[in-house]
Amino acid sequence: MNLAANESEPLLIGEGLTKSFGRQIGCRDVSFCLHEGEVMAVVGESGSGKTTLLRLLSMQTESDAGRVLYRMRDGVTRDLATLGEAELRFLARTDWGFVHQDPALGLRMAVSGGANVGERLMAVGWRHYGNIRDAAADWLSRVEIDIARIDDRPATYSGGMRQRLQIARNLVTQPRIVLMDEPTGGLDVSVQARLLDLLRSLVAVLKLSAVIVTHDLAVARLLSHRIMVMKGGEVIESGLTDQVLDDPREPYTQLLVASILQP
Amino acid sequence: MNAPQNAPAYNFAYLDEQTKRMIRRAILKAVAIPGYQVPFASREMPMPYGWGTGGVQVTAAILGPDDVLKVIDQGADDTTNAVSIRKFFQKTAGVKTTTSAREATVIQTRHRIPETPLTGNQILVYQVPIPDPLRYLEPRETETRRMHALAEYGLMHVKLYEDIARHGHIATTYAYPVKVDGRYVMDPSPTPKFDNPKMDGCPALQLFGAGREKRIYAIPPHTRVVSLDFDDHPFERYRYDGACALCGATDSYLDEIVTDDRGTRMFVCSDTDYCEGRRGDPEEAGAPQAEAPRP
Repeated sequence: MNLAANESEPLLIGEGLTKSFGRQIGCRDVSFCLHEGEVMAVVGESGSGKTTLLRLLSMQTESDAGRVLYRMRDGVTRDLATLGEAELRFLARTDWGFVHQDPALGLRMAVSGGANVGERLMAVGWRHYGNIRDAAADWLSRVEIDIARIDDRPATYSGGMRQRLQIARNLVTQPRIVLMDEPTGGLDVSVQARLLDLLRSLVAVLKLSAVIVTHDLAVARLLSHRIMVMKGGEVIESGLTDQVLDDPREPYTQLLVASILQP
Repeated sequence: MNAPQNAPAYNFAYLDEQTKRMIRRAILKAVAIPGYQVPFASREMPMPYGWGTGGVQVTAAILGPDDVLKVIDQGADDTTNAVSIRKFFQKTAGVKTTTSAREATVIQTRHRIPETPLTGNQILVYQVPIPDPLRYLEPRETETRRMHALAEYGLMHVKLYEDIARHGHIATTYAYPVKVDGRYVMDPSPTPKFDNPKMDGCPALQLFGAGREKRIYAIPPHTRVVSLDFDDHPFERYRYDGACALCGATDSYLDEIVTDDRGTRMFVCSDTDYCEGRRGDPEEAGAPQAEAPRP
């Protein structure tokens, strides 16, 4: 990758992130760094701490130890814990996106698709209806939702459309990082494939950084540059996606790779 | 009704002095932070929630023996709610009551602002059902408080966006959200949006009491109150295009009155005091809205 001096600094750094829920360990001593335009997959079985890690990164959960560093748009890398709530929330609706597994959590089901996409724009001060609507229509077409559905509520959308709407809603403010929690979970295979195609092209075109939590190794292979394998709250293996998946070192990773069903 | 003759069983204006003090503290805080919803320990009042328990408590807390009280319900002085609240304070505070917006020093209102411009020595007390303008958009109180604290009001425009997307124009006609003094977004209670511009720079103090929801908020005199809108869909006042069938006013907010079983209707001023004033004689007979309340 051809990066300027400042851009060679990582965009997001996790340092020794640890969270336990009573005696239950969420995740322990997770460290990584993510560069601009890089997509990292976090894989592992249920309960391995993937989602906890994502929540720690997005400051939805406070960590017991460790910190999250983020390089702001002004080039200064700051510890997210030192930011005020207003700053964090502003980041969350401008610089970051969060795609939930269940679109109902990430969408407002009672307002139209157009308003869902436009909400972030209005939140950052857009006050021209025509412009908001144009931007919403533009994004709907980019995620392959029929513009005729712009005034329909997401409750009338199919599962795949909802997920695409959620992605459009997150990307409309041109975030730098998108955190995704099982973005293709619960969708049937053909819909998954189209969504993955879409995600891959969006990530490439927009030079997005992304952390994708998934239990589906195929998703990881398709979308990510690097991969982190988690088990019992700890990272047991990490590296380039192809490398890890083609030549897993840890017995657990070997097991995961071997468990992929061959059609 | 010349000398104060409150029924001896009641403290002046019904509430005990401690309660009034508590409410006054909330009012002072509300005035200091225009548009901010101040929680207060709302009391049980001898009327059901939804009938103005919040407004009544605010009125009770600010009422003095020299005050002249006017109570309106949807602009009318002679509807059940208005009459019973007026009688309530006649009985418990012995204050002078009136139907004239000019004479009154305290006006308690349900869902209208009088047509007669208010002055600096008047206080307007609103009865409020749902104080939080964000409530229907975001059901969690913890979340709406945070949104107010951080002035995150994008969601308010989502509602207006939905209106335009669905109806082609901003179809919110009452409880139209306003921004007070450039900071807090506030629900003006379900007044028609026709009344919104009257709140802006109003010389009278405006107090809002929500009894069930236990909130008080305020607009101090001469405060900037802006109705939310879009650049390409600006706020518009709305009134039925026509003249009052009784007084001929073309500038007042009109109510539609169905007069028989065959759908005959007439449009008359919703502000009965304004209408009577324009017709000159408040005792004039024959008009259904003009009947003066019996003291």
